[in-house]
Amino acid sequence: MQHRVIDAKDVVIRFAGDSGDGMQLTGSLFASMSAVYGNSLSTFPDFPAEIRAPKGTVSGVSGFQVHIGSTDVNTPGDFCDMLIAMNPAALKANAKWLKRTATVLVNQDAFDDQSLLKAGFKENPFDELGISDRDILVVPISELTAASLADSGLDKKSVDKCRNMFVLGMACFIFDRPLEYLFGYIEGKFGKKHPEMVEPNKKVLSDGFNYAANLQMVANTYHVAPARLEKGLYRNITGNQATAWGLMAAAGKAGLPLFCGSYPITPATAILEELALHKYLNVKTMQAEDEIAGICTAIGAAYAGNLAVTTTSGPGLSLKSEALGLAVMTELPLVVVDVQRAGPSTGIPTKTEQTDLNQILYGRNGECPVVVVAPHSPAHCFDAAFDAAKIALEHMVPVVVASEGFLGNGSEPWRIPSMADYPEIRPPFAKSAEGGFKPFQRDPQTLVREWAIPGQKGFEHRVGGLEKDHNGVLSSDPQVHETMVRERAEKIRRIASVIPPLEVKGPEKGKLLVVGWGGTFGHILSAVEEAWEKGLEVSFAHFDYINPLPDNTGAVLSGFDKVLVCELNSGHFAGWLRNSFPEFKYLQCNKVQGQPFLVQEILEAIEKALKEA
Amino acid sequence: MAEVYTFKDFKSDQEVRWCPGCGDHAILAALQRALPEVSASLGKTREQFVVVSGIGCSSRLPYYMNTYGFHSIHGRALAVATGIKVANPSLCIWVASGDGDALAIGGNHFIHAIRRNIDINVILFNNRIYGLTKGQYSPTSKFGMITKTSPYGTVEHPFNPGSLALGAKGNFFARSIDTELKLNGEIMVAAAMHKGTSVMEMLTNCVIFNNGSHTEISDRSVKEDRTIVLRHGEKMIFGKDRNRGLILDGRHLKAVTIGEDGITMDDILVHDATSPDAGLHTMLAEMAYPDMPVALGIIRNVESVTYDKALVDQMEQVSAKARIHSMDDLLRSGSVWEVK
Repeated sequence: MQHRVIDAKDVVIRFAGDSGDGMQLTGSLFASMSAVYGNSLSTFPDFPAEIRAPKGTVSGVSGFQVHIGSTDVNTPGDFCDMLIAMNPAALKANAKWLKRTATVLVNQDAFDDQSLLKAGFKENPFDELGISDRDILVVPISELTAASLADSGLDKKSVDKCRNMFVLGMACFIFDRPLEYLFGYIEGKFGKKHPEMVEPNKKVLSDGFNYAANLQMVANTYHVAPARLEKGLYRNITGNQATAWGLMAAAGKAGLPLFCGSYPITPATAILEELALHKYLNVKTMQAEDEIAGICTAIGAAYAGNLAVTTTSGPGLSLKSEALGLAVMTELPLVVVDVQRAGPSTGIPTKTEQTDLNQILYGRNGECPVVVVAPHSPAHCFDAAFDAAKIALEHMVPVVVASEGFLGNGSEPWRIPSMADYPEIRPPFAKSAEGGFKPFQRDPQTLVREWAIPGQKGFEHRVGGLEKDHNGVLSSDPQVHETMVRERAEKIRRIASVIPPLEVKGPEKGKLLVVGWGGTFGHILSAVEEAWEKGLEVSFAHFDYINPLPDNTGAVLSGFDKVLVCELNSGHFAGWLRNSFPEFKYLQCNKVQGQPFLVQEILEAIEKALKEA
Repeated sequence: MAEVYTFKDFKSDQEVRWCPGCGDHAILAALQRALPEVSASLGKTREQFVVVSGIGCSSRLPYYMNTYGFHSIHGRALAVATGIKVANPSLCIWVASGDGDALAIGGNHFIHAIRRNIDINVILFNNRIYGLTKGQYSPTSKFGMITKTSPYGTVEHPFNPGSLALGAKGNFFARSIDTELKLNGEIMVAAAMHKGTSVMEMLTNCVIFNNGSHTEISDRSVKEDRTIVLRHGEKMIFGKDRNRGLILDGRHLKAVTIGEDGITMDDILVHDATSPDAGLHTMLAEMAYPDMPVALGIIRNVESVTYDKALVDQMEQVSAKARIHSMDDLLRSGSVWEVK
């Protein structure tokens, strides 16, 4: 059979297997390789909370989806062009994501009776899943890997571990990727510590590639040309890494040490891990004894003059609530990163959601507002974290970065910025203590108080959770309390004047404005672009700032008959907008499944909203 | 050259609002008197002192000190203090915390601060009662104590803060009584000089809700017989007539009378606060009336590497070896590629 080379604008590949099959690594290698090749891309790791769930079960399936393109890629893709399933359970868990034209590659050696049974199949899994019409490649991957490494001298276990390299080699042929990048990776990874693993891994990779090339079954191979990206130096980056680096960049711009007090929690842990690596850039990390100590050490560090950060996910944010109130009350600069996951309670720790927004906005005792910023893509986490730190330091206020598991774990190529292009950060350090330092006296324009730091002579003062007057003296005077409550809120409202205005994609007036925030950006943008291709009249505005909302929010919303708010919860942001601008008509597109939107779901909601108009 | 201070320099202009007769007044006075000496010994100026507290009567203390101060939230003083110390290790940090604040709601931070051996000084005001919430039992209330939340007597066993601190591998533990102004001053100065987490248990009287909480050992008529003040390098002697002492009887401490049963001064133990082995220190800390005298003074004072120093040292070592010196270097490190 002669295979066809298809020039594709974009393709989506999904790697799936047991938690121990190395699919996260295989997928991320394919992504890195494609990034270096010049494609634009987006990734979506989708894995269970169990480190090694029972082998061969559907609950233990770990997936990694990569979407590569020769033009802008906004999302990891709804459905895949190719599924690589290392066992029957992986096939079963992922068959629903197959396009009608998809190719399925399965490891024949893993499709024995017992494994089929374990995954709930009777005889023919392809018939039972209704996917027999797809291009199905049944390849004895384990056997071929063993044959490839027969003379390698490696033991059976090590040989078996190389299966994913065989598959990756096949994928490289099918998607027309040269192997050089992977050779370099293998040398870098094993060269020093396990030199005996270098050649076997290279050989398996090449053998997989050659096997696919010689296999008469591969009907189509795909060529996805490099994207026309802006010139410059690029790297692949995950959202969590970008968050860590954005915070470090801000500390550098402010000329302050960075302090991070955190407790490990999925899916935020990688931020603490990343920061812990970079102690040489004046980064102090503390793995605290609990979430509360995480934020409290950070509050202490903020009082002592560091850029202070704590990182967490939903349940951890619940534990930090009281202390976050203390940071609001003491008006100290603090960045809290919440990498949201499916809740409530422990929920589904490895799955993404936007269900913490109400907690972030309202989840504290008393009237206790915080600034909320939301990154919209993995790489944008850098700018969002930088901005959060800049706002916190310059306005003496806690800022919550509402990130998401989807962003934290996902990755995309990123044009490396130059720090010279980022603004300086100038905290309001206290300069004069004439007549005694008054810690809560405010700048008349911004209402920001001054920051005096222990060690600064003549500025000795006390802060704390009790209400105080402008002089820092304890007060339970009714008027003083109300004044301070209003000023703390108004201080945040005035930050609207320093954040960028809300941008509208598409016409500024019309029937329907689609609105989103955070990590849904790519999916909504793709849906809106598809709607435009269909000739639908719709505009799109995405919020990177939740509190305060951009100054022009009301003006933007007023240009449309209806506002369709899309978010991965039951309507938190829609409620926030309704509260802030009750005069407009809101529709909602919601999903609470621990999964990102499908572009198609948003497109349908747009069509429905327009029909009802 | 550090400035020379008197106790007045550490008094704030705030009106002290503890109940008349509360033991906290005496601790405050002792601290204000100790800090000039601490300042001179450590070469610290007033602005380098930070007093941190949680919630409770004793946690009002920072407002009465003319230093930097942080009155945080219930139980979290040690976590806040840890952050301050890590952010700026040159500061001299004092924590004021109560038995509820440090051992109930803040118990986790208490043991972990000690485990890390971060260089802060913790004054644990132990009045065995919740005062600010008006009289509920605390983790140090004696078994059977009748309080508002234990009207028929508590059915909980109390913590001994000393065993807790030493069990968490604490390197400095001292105990005293609110009224012992001189001893308290000595303990505070020694705690400040000690590098690491220094825990000072101060038995305080709550005149309203637990009056006489420790009079059975502190009353003038019985104090010398029912307590023993331990001093490093000195014999463990106590009693009005200075004729009682401690010996090791097998694996247990025993209070004996010199001159009786053939006991001579030579048999009496000498206190070694600096012994790395905490076995004897733990036994001393756990001595309880009526069987034994309650140990006061510095029970343990051992030097060990502090968290704050280890952290800074590690940062320096890593920095010395680092090939990346700026954010721009880092951004361009590792796997990058150019689009032309």
